Amino acid sequence: MPDVIEVTDLRRSYTGGFEAVSGVTFTVRRGELFALLGTNGAGKTSTLEVIEGLTVPSGGTVRVLGHDPYVDRAAVRPRTGVMLQAGGFPSDLTVGETAAMWAGTLSAPRPVDEALDMVGLAGRGDVTVKQLSGGERRRLDLALALLGRPDVLFLDEPTTGLDPESRRDTWRLVRDLLRDGTTVLLTTHYLDEAEELADRLAIMHRGRIVRTGTVADIVATQPSTITFDRPDPTSSPPLPELPGALVVDDSQDVVIHTDMLQRSLTELLEWARDHGVELHGLSARSASLEQAFLAVAAEHEPRTPQTEEVPA
Amino acid sequence: MTTLTATRRRPKRPQRPRRAKGGARRVAALARAELRLLVRNRTAMFTALALPIAMVGLLRMSGTGDDAAAGVGATMTAMMIGFVLLFVVYYNLVSAYVGRREELVLKRLRVGEASDAEILTGTALPSLILALVQTVLMTLGVAMTIGFDSPVNLLLVFVALVGGSIVFVLLAAASTAFTKNVETAQVSTLPVLMVCMPLSGMMFPLSQWPDAVADVARFLPLTPVVELVNLGLSGVSVDGSVVDFAASFEAAMMPVAVLVAWIGVGVWAQRRWFRWEPRG
Repeated sequence: MPDVIEVTDLRRSYTGGFEAVSGVTFTVRRGELFALLGTNGAGKTSTLEVIEGLTVPSGGTVRVLGHDPYVDRAAVRPRTGVMLQAGGFPSDLTVGETAAMWAGTLSAPRPVDEALDMVGLAGRGDVTVKQLSGGERRRLDLALALLGRPDVLFLDEPTTGLDPESRRDTWRLVRDLLRDGTTVLLTTHYLDEAEELADRLAIMHRGRIVRTGTVADIVATQPSTITFDRPDPTSSPPLPELPGALVVDDSQDVVIHTDMLQRSLTELLEWARDHGVELHGLSARSASLEQAFLAVAAEHEPRTPQTEEVPA
Repeated sequence: MTTLTATRRRPKRPQRPRRAKGGARRVAALARAELRLLVRNRTAMFTALALPIAMVGLLRMSGTGDDAAAGVGATMTAMMIGFVLLFVVYYNLVSAYVGRREELVLKRLRVGEASDAEILTGTALPSLILALVQTVLMTLGVAMTIGFDSPVNLLLVFVALVGGSIVFVLLAAASTAFTKNVETAQVSTLPVLMVCMPLSGMMFPLSQWPDAVADVARFLPLTPVVELVNLGLSGVSVDGSVVDFAASFEAAMMPVAVLVAWIGVGVWAQRRWFRWEPRG
C-alpha cells in the first residue's frame, strides 16, 4: 500500500528569513490518522499549508496521492478536503449559501444538507455566518472540508474553540471517516485529541520533528513514575537500591523515575513489607503523552530565551 | 449531530467533467455567492443605482436637444463607459478582492478545486454584469435624450467594452497589493482614478492637453477604451477627423494594441503581486 502523503526534508521560510519549518520528514499511510502535535509556533500549520498545496516549500518535496500538491493542483484537489485553522467565509452569506457555493466548485459533492447534518449544523442553514459562534464556524469549516467526499482530509486544529460536547462529536465523526477509509492529517495542541485519534503522531518543536511514532512508542521514551510521601528517616531504614531507576528524594516526597515499572515497584513493595514501612500517598503510573510532550519542550528550551517570531 | 451513515466510499468516482465545463460551473457558483454579497452591500448598491440615474439627470440638465452636434451622443456614451469601468469595475473590485482576502475567503477558496483564474473571475463577474446593465441603461438614456447617428463600427465598441473590462479587472487585482483593507481602498484607488479621468479623453478631448501630454495619455489604460467607443459610434478619431467603416479599423489599431499591452501588464502584475491572504 503506497503512502498517501510523503513529506521529505520539508523547509519553509518566510520573507525576512524566519524559518518556520526546518527539515521535516514523515509519511502518512492510507487510511490512518497522523497527528502533528506541538506548541503554538512549532511549525504545524506552516507544514500543513505546504502539504495542502497553498504554497511552495523553500526546500524539500511533498507528494500527496503521488502528486505535487502545488503544481498538480487540479489532480490533487478533487480528492482532498481541507479545514484551515481560520475559516474564511463571507460574513454576509448564510450557512446554506456558503455550503452551496462551495458545493458548486466541487466535482462530486455530497448533498449540502448531509454535510451540514454530519457536523451538527442541520437546521442552521438560514443563519448568516456572522451570527455563528466560534465553535459553529469551526464546524461549518469542517462541513465544507467533507463536502467533496475527500479521500484525504487535512484538519488544522479542528476542535479549537469547540465546547467539550462538540469536541466529542467531532472526534466521533473523524473516527467514522477513518473507518470508511479516509486518510487524515491533523494538527492539534490538545494531547487528549492526539491520544484519542492518532494512529501515529509527530511532535514538532521549533520547526523540527523531535519525536515520532505511535502514542505507545512516544510514551515509551519516557520513564514511569512512582511517588510516595517520604517515610520518617529516623524510624525507617534507607531506601533500597533500585537498578535502572532514578530516585529523587526531597524533604517531602520521594519520586522514582524508572524504565522498569513493575520490577522497581515490586522491589519497593518488598522492601516496605520486610521493614514494616507504611508508604503513604503511594502512586505508580506509566508515562503519559503529556509527560513526553513536556519533556520535549523542556529539553529543547534554550538557555537564554529569545523572542520568537510566530507566523500567522 | 448524527453519526455518519452516507459516507460509504463511492465504488467509482464519476467521470470527471471536462475541465472547461467544470470551470464554467465553478465560476458560476462563485459568482452567485458574490452577487448575493453585492446585493447585500448597501454602499455598493447605492453607488450602482445612483450612478446611472445621476448620469441621465446630468444629460437632461445639459439640455442638449435635437440640434446636438455630431458625435455628442458618442462622447457622452464614452464618458459613461469610462465612469462605469473606473467605479463599478475597478473600484468595486479592489474593495471586493481586498474584502475577501482579509476575511480569508480567498485562502479558503484556494484549497478547493477552483483555479486561481476561476476564483478571480467568479468574484469579478457580478460587478461586470452590473457594469454591463448600467452601460446599456445609460446608453438608452443617451439615445432618448441626445440621440445617436448610425454607428460606424459596433465591433470596435464591443472590443472596447470587453478589453476595458479585462484591463480594469486585472488592474483591480494588482491594486490589492497596496491596499491594506476595504477602507483604504478609497485612497489606494485614487492614483488610477485621478490619472484616468482627466487623461483618457472621457471628460474632455485629449486635444485640450499640450501635444506632449496627449501623446503620453494615449498609452494609459482607459484612453484606448474611450478612443474605440468614439471611433465605433461616431467615427471621430483622436485627432478630431471623422473616419468611415473601412478607415475605422486602421484608426483602431493603436488603441487595440495599447489595450492588449495593458492586459499583458495586468496579468504580469497580478501574478507578481497579488496576495491571497492577509499579510502575516
